[in-house]
Amino acid sequence: MDFLGQVLAWYTDPANWTGNNAIPLRLWQHLSLSVASLAAGLAIALPIGLYIGHTGRGARVAVAVSNIGRAVPSLGWLGIAYPISTGLFQRAGIGFLPAFIGLVALAIPPIVTNTHAGLRDVDAELREAARGMGMRELQLLMRLEVPVALTVILAGIRVSAVAVVATTPLAALVGGGTLGAYILQGLALSDEVRVFAAAVMVALLAVLTELAFAWLQRRLVSPGLGAPDGAPWGEPSRPTVETIASR
Amino acid sequence: MTEGEPVFRIDWVLEHLDTLAQRIGEHMLVTVIAVVVGFVISFGLALAVRRYPRIYGPILAVSGILYAIPSIALFVLFIPITGLSLLTAEIALVSYTLVILVRNIVTGLRGVPAEVIDAARGMGYTDGQRLWRVELPIALPIIVAGLRIATVTTIGLVTIATLIGMGGLGYLIVNIGVTQRFPTATITGVVIVVLLSTIVDLSLQTVERRLTPWARARAA
Repeated sequence: MDFLGQVLAWYTDPANWTGNNAIPLRLWQHLSLSVASLAAGLAIALPIGLYIGHTGRGARVAVAVSNIGRAVPSLGWLGIAYPISTGLFQRAGIGFLPAFIGLVALAIPPIVTNTHAGLRDVDAELREAARGMGMRELQLLMRLEVPVALTVILAGIRVSAVAVVATTPLAALVGGGTLGAYILQGLALSDEVRVFAAAVMVALLAVLTELAFAWLQRRLVSPGLGAPDGAPWGEPSRPTVETIASR
Repeated sequence: MTEGEPVFRIDWVLEHLDTLAQRIGEHMLVTVIAVVVGFVISFGLALAVRRYPRIYGPILAVSGILYAIPSIALFVLFIPITGLSLLTAEIALVSYTLVILVRNIVTGLRGVPAEVIDAARGMGYTDGQRLWRVELPIALPIIVAGLRIATVTTIGLVTIATLIGMGGLGYLIVNIGVTQRFPTATITGVVIVVLLSTIVDLSLQTVERRLTPWARARAA
């Protein structure tokens, strides 16, 4: 297991803990880019999904968004975001910005799709009962529709979060740093140790994200609604037809 | 992007049609291998689950975790063992198809109504006959739905395989488009990927309709 020994040595090498290619710096770039992109994606997608799901208006938009989201590969989002950011800001689009734009675009479709689908499938009789109790539109949305649809909404957010964390390494291609920088450096230098060490960190981050959101889902969803079927980790990210993300 | 470079140059596309065709060919070859191998393995696993239902939970858990591993990581994790090769790419791609395909095949088989299975038993079908003549035809729409998702997903993932030297449409997007700051190549690559996904998706849908004429008859 000489190779794994080398990988361990790479993690503990002081040279990898200082300077502008240090592990803490790359990790910080990775996490800040992921969190910022997911937050911006939520801020855009959640209101859209809630509006479409509650009013039933613009359902076609939601379907179109999810179809585009399914067809464009994650690398495509970053690739397209790069000329867009250059065009918008009239200078070489390098670094945080093109990666951010691409990741936000990647985060939006699953959240819109699932929020819309979750609200749409709330029982019409429940809605009538809530209206009969005198709830206004906003109360109906916040006290009935969102809690009932929460499993599906959170599943969409989880798909987005995992896709964003998983795609963040590709930001290195457009100069955004992140742990992906090690992978590109390693591939360019034929340094398998560096590639492997970075890939393990990238994989761990994504799996942790998946598990964290699975836990959140179990905590937040009302127990009265029943747990989703399946594996001990809860529903795996992709496989329902509606919760689609590209990566 | 270099100064004055337009966002899209149609003349470049027209001059490079042969290159584009070659990249599409590479892309589809890697995709088809992954989906076919993935389907064979998934089918075997699903039949095992049909026999021993208790192994389904663990299979879902393992494949779910595998699925959460980012493609860029899974593509390079096996380089120390299998090098920069097609095998390395296919290991990652096949792993991703398993989650989707096993789930859909099992769901399809489990969706066969119990009375239908009873009827088949009553007619004296053996276990194998029941599987091939009754359960699989009924499960077919859900299985094909899984194949469609798996294929479209794989077409997207293969773009990233260019990082480990697999060429394909990712080569246009990354190695020419992003690295050489030439947005025309990036846009062309992405558009072809989207078109390919759509065409393959629609073709599989058509195949499914052809294979399940009874569904059409019922709808009419």
